[in-house]
Order: sequence, then structure tokens, then C-alpha cells
Amino acid sequence: MEVRDLTKRFGGLVAVDHVTFQANEGEVLSIIGPNGAGKSTLFKLITSFLPRTAGRVIFQGEDITGLSAHLVARKGVVRTFQETTIFKEMSALENVVIAHHLRGRATSVGLFLNTRVARQDEASFRDSADEILDYLGLSRVRHEKARRLPHGYLRALGIAIAMACDPKVLLLDEPFSGMNPEETDRMVETVRGIRDRGVTILLVEHDMRAVMRLSDRIIVLNFGRKIADGTPREIQNDEAVIEAYIGREDDELGI
Amino acid sequence: MRLRVAAALVGLALYLVVVPFVFRESRYLLGVLTTASVLSLISLGVWLTFAIGRINIGQAAFALVGGYTTAILSVKLGVSFWLCLPASGLAAALVGAVIGWPILRLKGVYFAMITLTLSEAARLAALNGGTITQGATGILNIPLPGEVTFAGVVLVPAFRALNVHLAFYYLAAILLVLGLFTVTRIASCRLGWIFRSLRQDEALAASIGVNVAKYRVLAFALGCFFAGIAGAFFTVSQQSIYPSSFGVPDSVYFMLYCFLGGLSYVSGPVVGAFVLFLGFELLHGLREYQMLTYAAIMITVMLWLPNGLLSLRLPARPDMKADTA
Repeated sequence: MEVRDLTKRFGGLVAVDHVTFQANEGEVLSIIGPNGAGKSTLFKLITSFLPRTAGRVIFQGEDITGLSAHLVARKGVVRTFQETTIFKEMSALENVVIAHHLRGRATSVGLFLNTRVARQDEASFRDSADEILDYLGLSRVRHEKARRLPHGYLRALGIAIAMACDPKVLLLDEPFSGMNPEETDRMVETVRGIRDRGVTILLVEHDMRAVMRLSDRIIVLNFGRKIADGTPREIQNDEAVIEAYIGREDDELGI
Repeated sequence: MRLRVAAALVGLALYLVVVPFVFRESRYLLGVLTTASVLSLISLGVWLTFAIGRINIGQAAFALVGGYTTAILSVKLGVSFWLCLPASGLAAALVGAVIGWPILRLKGVYFAMITLTLSEAARLAALNGGTITQGATGILNIPLPGEVTFAGVVLVPAFRALNVHLAFYYLAAILLVLGLFTVTRIASCRLGWIFRSLRQDEALAASIGVNVAKYRVLAFALGCFFAGIAGAFFTVSQQSIYPSSFGVPDSVYFMLYCFLGGLSYVSGPVVGAFVLFLGFELLHGLREYQMLTYAAIMITVMLWLPNGLLSLRLPARPDMKADTA
């Protein structure tokens, strides 16, 4: 996947400013930066949840900029959400079953008439949902209403929903936020496992320990601009990055 | 499950056989039940828009579209009512799809307000429709449904040759049963899941590849189809239609039937429409206090049973439970 000069302006504010990068197949590419750097906006632009001002997103040789969000998902570029965006009034299992929507072969009329294809779809969705829930350690709570699940499970459920779409590129928006160290460790392993299945992962995250362990490459944004791009080790020693995070001594002010 | 089917069959038998047989000579009662049936059908359409998380106060507009379609086709072009009926549903669904496409982007109170103005806009359109709608005069002398023959066999006799009230009762009952069956089926198949996913989070639904715009237009247009069918029914049963035949208050009632019956249940709008409409008729004896008492009962129900009348007995099935729309 290739992002070229992607730009988003909100009035006078340039939230994402000519960001260009490439994500290689099967890698974990993290996007970090201080709050307000434009990371989440970048995700929304890639997945068409926000219209871009300029720039392009190329996926598998095809320009996917400007497609509707559901069509981008259909191409295999799937995002998760910050916080806990799930279908709250459905059970964990139902959440994952419905997320198989893209694999459905039955038409609306077929669903209504409960044709054989519709029944086959449903059976295969359930099997696959069971497998995904199992993989993410959610089997025990599969019949629990999502609203009642604790935070850690909800994050996992968010990823389960995205996995059900059979993504080629998975964009994870702060999957580790609000997790304790053990939960984070488990989730890091899970994300690695997903990558090992051949899924390219784009990760926006503030938990640097997790980012450094997980990432193959890191991109750093500040005020909407890409200020660095490299391996975790390179990023850790990058002057511009350190400055963006910690600030620089100001001789005039004496701090 | 078996119990549910048995209960449904008993209900059907009562509704389609016992009631019409016992009350076949009671014009008033048959009329009230007929009206309640068709109001239920319209409200089922409103329920479908509730299912995707939209409060729809525009149903009267689509009933008018259906009503005028039947009136114009049958009076001016001499088309049989049995063709006018589906045509009215389709016309309303088509108008609903065209209008729904842009306005369904709105949510909450904004969508509700737009649909409310639709109810009024439709009335004004009919009033100013010139020779097509005949303005305030309305369209009168709409013929009763004629006979339907197939290969020389009379399937449905002409209504004027029958006990008209009974004939309309049956027509209404059959339409309602078909409508209820359709909506129940939708709610229980994956389409219902998709609608629920839209109600709960449209962004998430889009992220899993659901064509949000398509499905919400589908739900809305289906709801409008019901309104069109019901509009056609009232037009032919009253043999007339005026711009004021369906207005804003009607739209509000259709929505209230859903609320008071229970949004979590497919049968909610039907229960709501029957209880409220029959209740209003039963309070007839109170004369000038009828409206006051009716309103007081309605408010009480809303306060004490916020999930609708049906929540009184049945615990909501988990997959059907209402979300805050």
C-alpha cells in the first residue's frame, strides 16, 4: 500500500500535510506522534471515513482514494476504532458474525427468502466467528452482550470484528490504550499472530513499549507532517523525533 | 418456538375467522377493526425506519402518495384497484427512495424534523396539484374494488356485490398479515441484523463493509411501500381522497403507535395501533373528555412502560432489544 501526498485541511488547519509513505506487505508499520499530530485523521483518510483534500492512496496498484468507506473495506483495507466502538446491543458472537457481511453471497432478497445460499453463508459465518473469538480469547464471553464486557475484552472484540472482514491491511487505532501491562503483552502477541497470517498492519499507538516491540518500521508525524521514517532503533535516536516529543532547549528563554 | 407458532395460529384464526363471523353485521365494529388493521400496517412501515435508528414523522406523506396514485389511476385512467394497490405501494417506495437518499444522512431530531415537514409538504403539493390532484376538492367517486377473475374463475368478487364492510375487513386483515409476516421475516434474517447494526453504529457498519446508504434507503423505501399500500386502501374504502386525508397529526400517531407498542418488538406497532385506536373509540362515551382521558392514558403508559406495552408481559428477546435510537 502506498500513500502519496495525502493532505487534509480543516479550514485553515492542515491536519495532515502531504504525508507520503509505503507499507510493505506483511509488516507492522506504526504511526506515532504527539497528540494532535494527525495520526487518527490519517487513518480516516486512508479508509475514506473522511474526504481528503489532496493526495492519493494506492492499494495493490489500484487507486482507492475517494471510494466510499464500505468499498475500501471491500478491497481489504479495514480499520478499527479508538475507544470501544462495537455493536453494544449485540452479543460478542453476533458482533463477529455480522462483521462477516463482506463474505456474504446471498442477495437481500435471498436473505429474506432464506435461500440455501443464505443459510450456507450464515453457517460459515458462525464457524468462522467461533474460530476468531477463540483466537482472541473471547470464547467464554461469546454470548455476553457486548455492552457488559470489560474494557480489555472490548478492545479484543473490536479486533475480532475487523478480522472477520478478512483484511489484507488492518489499521489498528490505539489498540493498547487503557490496558494494563499483561493485557498489552497478550495483545502484542495477538497482533503479531495476525501479521503472521499475512496481514499488513498499520498501528497508531501511544504505548511506546508496545510500539517498539511490535513495529518493523515507524513513521513519526508532528503537526500533520511526516518528520521521520525508519526502524524502531533509528526512530529512537532521531533528533527531530526527540525534539517533537520532549521539546528543545530554548537558549533565549533559558529552558 | 412451538408455543409461539401455536399462539400465532390461534390469533390468526380469531382475527380471520371468528371475529368477522361474529361481527359480520356490525358495521361500526368491523369498521373500527379495519381501520386499526390498516393503521397497524402503516405503523409497521414506521417501525422499519426505527429499526435503522431513524424517527420517521413523514409517513403521512407517503400514504398521500399512495392514496393519490390509486385515486388518479382508477378515476382518470380507469385502472382496476387490484393494479392500483401495488402501484401505489411502488410509487410511495420510489418517492421514498428518491427523497430518502439525501435526507437519511441526517440523524436524530434533524431527520425527524425533515420528515415532519415532508408530511406538510405532501399536503401542500396535493392542494396545489392543479387538475392532477384537483386541489382542495379532492378526488371523489373512486370506484369500489371490482372483481378479479382468472381463467374464468372469480377469485375475488366485486365489492359492491358483497357485504362491503366485511370485504374491506378481510382485505385489511390480509394486508396486515402479509405486512406483519414480511417485517417479522426481515427482522429475523440477516437483513434485520444489518438494520440493527446501522442503528447501533453506522461508522462501524461501514467499516465492516456494509453499504450504509443502500440499506438505510432500502429500509426507508420499504416503510414507504407500506404507507402507499395503506393510503390506497383508505382511499378506496372511503371512495375519496383530500389533501388533508393524511397530515402531520397522523404521522405523529403512527410514530406513537410504535413507541407505545414497543420498539423492541416487531408486533409493537400492531399492538400499539390496536390498543390506542380501539381505546380512543371506547372512550367515545366520555364525549368532551375523550381526548383528555386518552392523552392522560398515553402519557401514563409512556412514563410507566417506556419500552412499550409489550414489555409488560414478554421479556425482550435479547437480539431484538431496543437501543436508544
